[in-house]
Amino acid sequence: MSILEKDLTVKKATREAFGDEIVKLGKENKNIYVIDVDIAKSCKTVNFIKQLPDQHINVGIAEQNAAGLAAGLATTGKIPFVSTYAVFGSLRMLEQIRQEVCYPNLNVKIACSHGGLTPANDGGSHQAIEDMGVLRSVPNMTVIMGADYYSTRKLVEQAAKVYGPVYLRFTRDTVPMIYDENEEFTIGKAKKIKDGSDIAIIANGDTVRLALEATKELEKQGISVKLLDMHTIKPLDREAVVDCLNIGKIITVEDHNILNGLGSAVCEVVAEEGKGTVRRIGVQDQFGQSAPYEKLLELNGITVENIIKTAKELI
Amino acid sequence: MKEISIEELKEKAIQLRKTALTMIYGAQSGHPGGSLSAADIMAALYFKEMNVDPHNPNWEDRDRFVLSKGHVCPIQYSALALRGFVPYETIYTLREYGSPFQGHPDMKKCKGIDISTGSLGQGLSCGVGMAIAGKRDFKDYRVFSLVGDGECQEGQIWEAAQTAVKYQLDNLVVFVDNNRLQIDGFCDEIMPLQDLEKKFDAFGFETKRINGHSMEEIVETLDEVRVAKNGRPKCIICDTVKGKGVSFMEDVADWHGVAPNEEQYHQAMEEVAGGLR
Repeated sequence: MSILEKDLTVKKATREAFGDEIVKLGKENKNIYVIDVDIAKSCKTVNFIKQLPDQHINVGIAEQNAAGLAAGLATTGKIPFVSTYAVFGSLRMLEQIRQEVCYPNLNVKIACSHGGLTPANDGGSHQAIEDMGVLRSVPNMTVIMGADYYSTRKLVEQAAKVYGPVYLRFTRDTVPMIYDENEEFTIGKAKKIKDGSDIAIIANGDTVRLALEATKELEKQGISVKLLDMHTIKPLDREAVVDCLNIGKIITVEDHNILNGLGSAVCEVVAEEGKGTVRRIGVQDQFGQSAPYEKLLELNGITVENIIKTAKELI
Repeated sequence: MKEISIEELKEKAIQLRKTALTMIYGAQSGHPGGSLSAADIMAALYFKEMNVDPHNPNWEDRDRFVLSKGHVCPIQYSALALRGFVPYETIYTLREYGSPFQGHPDMKKCKGIDISTGSLGQGLSCGVGMAIAGKRDFKDYRVFSLVGDGECQEGQIWEAAQTAVKYQLDNLVVFVDNNRLQIDGFCDEIMPLQDLEKKFDAFGFETKRINGHSMEEIVETLDEVRVAKNGRPKCIICDTVKGKGVSFMEDVADWHGVAPNEEQYHQAMEEVAGGLR
């Protein structure tokens, strides 16, 4: 069955994918560790704690210490996953990640729930809109957000298997299950959901579902859409972006500030290649507030309607 | 642990001081004050206490050393050079392009560095991670960390300390180089640390306070903590003098991060060669 025909009403949060996958990985490899910072329940590591207590550490409410401790563990051959919220995992721990994880290129994974606007009712303080951009700037770091439950499981599995620092971002809220269980994903390689010739839409994370809906509608209206799931924004799949330049018209969609995230990464390639036009859909360089998730998306124009409108303007 | 006499260790401390001064003088850059205050502790660790192998620096059962106050790396580099981790001539490349002796310790570039450090307050957390791994893997190695007293103004030191106690890391030994000075002046003026011995004790450490320039006291204390497998991490507050061994550097905050000129270098070398008064 084509992804475009999938029933998008079946949903699961991608933090659940991390919680499920990390137990499987931990059982396979005794060097996999989880470091919690007092939010194990909402980061979905409770099963890991129950089943693999000897591979678990809880440092309490002390994120900076968690990052440094993970670096120390990594020097002994462990593969620690620090599990926290995206605001803390990117910003509270940033210097520790830079100095002790990325500078010595240690095998530490930062696994973060509550990415983007998904902690909607928690308000602007808890909505991570800069995290991927900030960490994209740090050498040696890989930055990933899967679109749904199964792709996130595959990406977590890969993150455990590749050497080096990886930042993984998950949704707090449920998102449609887009992919089948056996679909394969590779860090750094865009997933081509659909080929097309009039416009290219490049999305990641929880906005892939919106791009998918928009694609269906545009196709109905006779507009041929190429749709990519760019789950890894660093290293960016440059080749996949270059492949969109024969279409020349690109829309990026992300649940992240339009500065420094997916949109910026794509623009860098397009500008360097010297051809093509990009429109970025994402958080409009403004903080969020407590509101329903869909309302926050709407306030930033991260909607199916705006993707369709932008596509039509562009072609 | 290696068999070595107190007198021989004192001689090693002299060599460490001379090497660090030569390194900083050669680079015309680096941190002499804290390097000299830590010299005696470093001599005891690298020439007696720690199980390390210069020919197999990544030996998985080795004792680890975390220089949380990373800017005093000239004293650690001196120990690594004198122990044969790197050729002795490396000391003339401090802070140069391509040198293993970076301005702050870089584990990717220098053999014998167990973790890169340089941003204060962060190293102890790494040491805690190493010590937890040792416990979980049923290894006998220990983790030694040197932190500055000024560095204890960083909150992360205390996050690491509470974790060390929770996980009963009696394989962790924290030295506080209590030289009472930081870049801007005396710690008591910049941000008083109160009683560090009481603070670490309150956190649950087994805490001792010694003269950090008395080789006899350092060795005796290391003998005590080596056998104390009691589930408590150890903290040794070492009362020291910044710039120790060089009269014009002692207790002078301005010698935190300044290299001596030629005249000062020769005078300093002469003074440290005679050993501590």
